[in-house]
Formats: sequence, structure tokens, C-alpha cells
Amino acid sequence: MSIGPEASITDERSAPTDDPAAERGSGEKAIAGRSLKQIAWRRLKRDKVALAGAVVVILLVIMAILAPVLTRLWGYPINEFHGDQIDPTIQTPLGAYGGISKDFLLGVEPGSGRDIFSRILYGAQTTLVVAILSALVSTILGGLLGLAAGYLGGWVDSVISRVMDFLLAFPQLLFAIALVSVLPDDLFGLDGRWSRVIVLIGVIGFFGWPYIGRIVRGQTLSLREREFVEASKSLGARSGRILFKELLPNLAAPILVYTTLIIPTNILTDAALSFLGVGIPPPNPSWGGMLSDALTYYTFDPMYMIIPGSMIFITVLAFNLFGDGLRDALDPKAR
Amino acid sequence: MLSYLIRRIVNAVITLLVVTMVTFGIFFAVPTITGSDPALLYIGKTADPASLEGIRTKLGLDDPIPVQYGKFLKGLVAGRDYANGADVTHCDAPCLGYSFKTEQEVTPLLISDIPVTLSLAIGAAILWVLFGVATGVLSALKRGTFLDRAAMTGALAGVSLPIYFTGQLALLIFIHELGWLPDAAYTPFLEDPAGWFTGLILPWVTLAFLFAATYARLTRANMLETLGEDYIRTARSKGLPERTVIGKHGLRAVLTPLVTVFGLDFGTLLAGAILTEQVFNLRGLGYQALTAIRQNDLPVILGVTLIAAIFIVVINLIVDLLYSVIDPRVRLG
Repeated sequence: MSIGPEASITDERSAPTDDPAAERGSGEKAIAGRSLKQIAWRRLKRDKVALAGAVVVILLVIMAILAPVLTRLWGYPINEFHGDQIDPTIQTPLGAYGGISKDFLLGVEPGSGRDIFSRILYGAQTTLVVAILSALVSTILGGLLGLAAGYLGGWVDSVISRVMDFLLAFPQLLFAIALVSVLPDDLFGLDGRWSRVIVLIGVIGFFGWPYIGRIVRGQTLSLREREFVEASKSLGARSGRILFKELLPNLAAPILVYTTLIIPTNILTDAALSFLGVGIPPPNPSWGGMLSDALTYYTFDPMYMIIPGSMIFITVLAFNLFGDGLRDALDPKAR
Repeated sequence: MLSYLIRRIVNAVITLLVVTMVTFGIFFAVPTITGSDPALLYIGKTADPASLEGIRTKLGLDDPIPVQYGKFLKGLVAGRDYANGADVTHCDAPCLGYSFKTEQEVTPLLISDIPVTLSLAIGAAILWVLFGVATGVLSALKRGTFLDRAAMTGALAGVSLPIYFTGQLALLIFIHELGWLPDAAYTPFLEDPAGWFTGLILPWVTLAFLFAATYARLTRANMLETLGEDYIRTARSKGLPERTVIGKHGLRAVLTPLVTVFGLDFGTLLAGAILTEQVFNLRGLGYQALTAIRQNDLPVILGVTLIAAIFIVVINLIVDLLYSVIDPRVRLG
């Protein structure tokens, strides 16, 4: 269509050296990027619900980072037993509502009397680290493989697409449980808690990449045919340059949105694995592990189930609200 | 059509082979690499070297992994004999081997678990499709009203709530506090249909709630998009009653993407089943799988994975065939 005249103009301009083309390319991108960012930011600022989600997320992250400090201020060490808080015959906390008092802000664990407040804080640490880093792993894998599939096409595309379909349709939790349970307890000289965190990041991140890979592949397929890619190609740009300098910036918005939206799913998977006993190994605290212990006690001490359950709910909801808001802000059509 | 079907079946068989290979790899190759011994898992750490060697020969654990895999496949199709000299045990096809822990044959063990998980899955699926689609359609039609906002808030909460939390809450409220229902348990349908229903209603609702939320959100979004289409305007301007416009013209377009999602969700459903069965203490495939994983009972894990994979592959085939029925624009080929 209009490729003819435009192409000739570009030819004239870029004839002397390659540099002007590069400058022009980056300049164009900078303007487009800024304006999109501004529009999106304005939309996001107006979205009160999404902002509330973001605030909760930030608070949770601060809480997790400050866990040792907060524990020293208002809690007790995570593995300190407080037998005096427990009814010796039925093993439940002595105080009402799971032993909530001004000493034990969220009560004590039935059976052992450990401080729930500090265990929730330390549980937040592992949950958030696992969820966020595994989302990054999925994004990097999904982004690279999706780009490759969409851009290269041919057999690369069919192999990657087949693998994605396969992973999407299969009982991931079963595979995840299986993988986690056969791997050794400590890796790289780390203690049980952090080596398991690494395993969880790897496993959850690996099973999450097809979600992002699919979207990136689809977007790449349509972007590949656009004029600016053709222009870049006709200027003699190599595949690497087209992939990372031309295509990737245009994919930033969907990638960002789906990375944010995969975090809540990862939180649920992480907690599910801990619930099933293959997540963070006890005595280290984890929200899912607490819910699993609560199965024994929920009829006598419902608070011990309600507190970690609500924490998971609040965290996941906050990430979902923020992610939805981000999607609406960056891509109003997707609403 | 026939060539399509044949191609799909060949594909399904390849997929199943890959699944078994991956599972086999995870459970037989990884322990070998990390240095744990499957024979020890089978017989326990106290075993003397002679009986350990016997087990190894009998189960063929000394063979290279590919040979073991080949024997496993042969057992699946034609049955196999476990032999250690004169001590021969025959296992009929489809043979999944013997449980390391209980020494029972795996195939009948798992077959007896299928009805539990199937009851759970089908009941929950019916509930979530009906409830999710209805909520989504209503929400889209009453867009922006209080009803819409309440439904969508509920749906968002639903996506954010883990089964292992809602399940315990439901148990606490409906069984322990209010006493409306007996304990969640599986009673075979043919023995006692009422008991089957009351025993499973809570697991169904818990499992369905999560999925219904996703379906409601998806249906709403699709419905809104469809309502903006020209053909809906045409249908309305022809003077068709609103019921026909929505029910016949709108819903059809909305259902097509939902069918795909439905097929994909069966993998997730199995994960949901593992968790639900754990919370409600139902002895189904998910419960069996988890127990087996905790005990490193490799043959049982392999069996459950294979059954799950067959289930998913078959469902996806059915869904793809259904697709062409719902949407005549889709050509199989």
C-alpha cells in the first residue's frame, strides 16, 4: 500500500550511515513509550480500587522485609514454644479467639503455643519471594520462547506451541508435587527453608511460562507483519536487533500485565504445595503449612485456620485488583 | 472428518507416551541421579542385602532406565511377569505394577478410586458451568448496576480464595456449627443416591466456587463484546424478543470460547480435586496420588498421572469435536 513512497524516504535518509536510523528508531520509541506510559499512569491514578490493591501489596512487602524487626517489637521468635498459653488437655490456646491478647497479637498455635503473628510475617517472606521471583522466571522463559515462536515461525513455532499446549493442559500440581518431592532437601549449601524456596521458584516458574508465552507469541505474530518491522528489516537489521529493539518494547505492556496477574496464581500454588506438605518444610512457617495444620484443630480453634486463610485471600486479592487495574490502564480494549 | 479423527488419536497417543516418559523420568531417573535407591523404597531401610538384590532383580530395577520404561509400556499393553528365578508374579494388562508400600496391584487399586474423583469432578463441573455462565450473562445484561458490581466483586473474591481455606470454612460452618449436613464422605451412587448427594454437596460447592468465579468473569466479558456486534443489533431490529436475542444469538457466540476453557480446565480440576479430597478427606485419585507421593510409592504415582493424562486427552478431543457443533464456522481438518 503506502510502503512504496515511505520506503523511498527512509532510503534517502538512512543512506549515509546506519546511525541516523538507529537514532530515529530510538527517538520514535521514546516518544511513543512516554505517552503510553503517561496515559496509562493517568488512568491508573483514577482507578481507586487498583490503587488500594497496590497499597496493600506495598504494605505486605514492607511487612515481609521488616519481619525480623516487627517480630522483635511485637512478637516472639518463630519457633519459641509457649506451653503456658495452651490448654494441656485439649491442646488448644487458653485465651479466647485462638489466644489473641496484647502479648500475642494474632494468638498462638494450638499444640505448641508458637506466636502466630511472627509466623505469619515470616510466612509472608517466603510466599512473596516465591511468587514474585517465579513470576519473573515465567516471564523470562515465556517472553523469550514466545518471541522465538512468533518471530521465527516454522518448526520452532510448532515445537514451542506444542510444548505450551502440553504444559497448559496437564495436571501441573501433580507434576510440581512430584518434582518437589524427589528433589533433595538442601541445595547450594543453603538451609532447608531457602533451598526449598529456590526449588519452588524453579518449579512454579517453569510451569507458568506457557501462559505468558502464548500471549507473547500471539502478539509477536501480528507485530511481525507491521511496517516498522519491515522497515527495520529492509535497513538490514539483524534478527536479534528486530527481536529485542523493535518487537520487545511493543510487548512490554502485555508482558507487564501478565507478570502481575501470574503472581496471585503463584501465591495460591505456593500455598497449595505447602498445604500438601511439599512446600516450605516445617518447622519453618508458611501460610499453606499453617492451613494444613489447622485441619486438625479447626473445630476447636477456628482462628488458627482463619488467620492464614485470610492472609492468603487478602494478598491474592490485592495482586488481582492491581493487576486488573494495570491491564485496564494499559489496554482499555481488554476490559 | 475420519482423517482428522485418526490424526487426533495418533496425537493423543503420542501425548500420553510423553506424559508417561516424563513421569517415569521424574520418579525413576531423578532418584538414581540423586543417589536414592528405589529398591530401598520398596522394601524399607532395614532390609538385608540378599532380599534387596532379589527385589531389584524381580522388579527389574537393575536394568537401564529406557529398558525399564520399555517393560513398563509392555506391561501396560500386554501384561508382564515379574520374575526372580522361580519366584514369578504375573500382572495382567493393563499392568501398572505393584504398590511399593501395600504390595497391591496398582490397576485395581486406582480403578476403585475413579468413581470418587469422577463424582466430585462431574458434580462440580455441572454446578460451576450453570452458575458461572448464568452469573456472567446476568451481570453483562445488568451492566453497571448494583447486581453487576456485587456479582463481579464476588467473582473476584472467588478467584482469590484457595480451596483449602474455603473448604475448611464450609466444613466449620455447615457441618460443625449449623449441623445442616452429615460429614463429607463418599457413598457409591448406586448404594444410596441421597447419601451420595449429601456427602458430596459441600465438596462440589467448594470446588465449583473457584471455577464459577472464572467463568462468570469470562462470560461477562464475552457477552459484553458480543452484545456490541452488528448481528445482535440486526436481531433486535428485526423485532425478535430479547430472550431469543440473548439466548439464541448471544449465548452461542459466548459459549464457543468457554468450551475451549472448559477443556483446558480439566488439568486444573485435577489439581483442585487433589486439594478438595485432602480437605474433605475423600479417598479418590487425588488423595491416592498425594499419599503415594508422600510415601515415594512410584508405581502408584505413575498410574495416577497416566489416568489423569488419559482423562485430559479424551476430554480435549471431545471438546474439539463439540467445538465444530457449536460453531459451524469451525472446520475440522
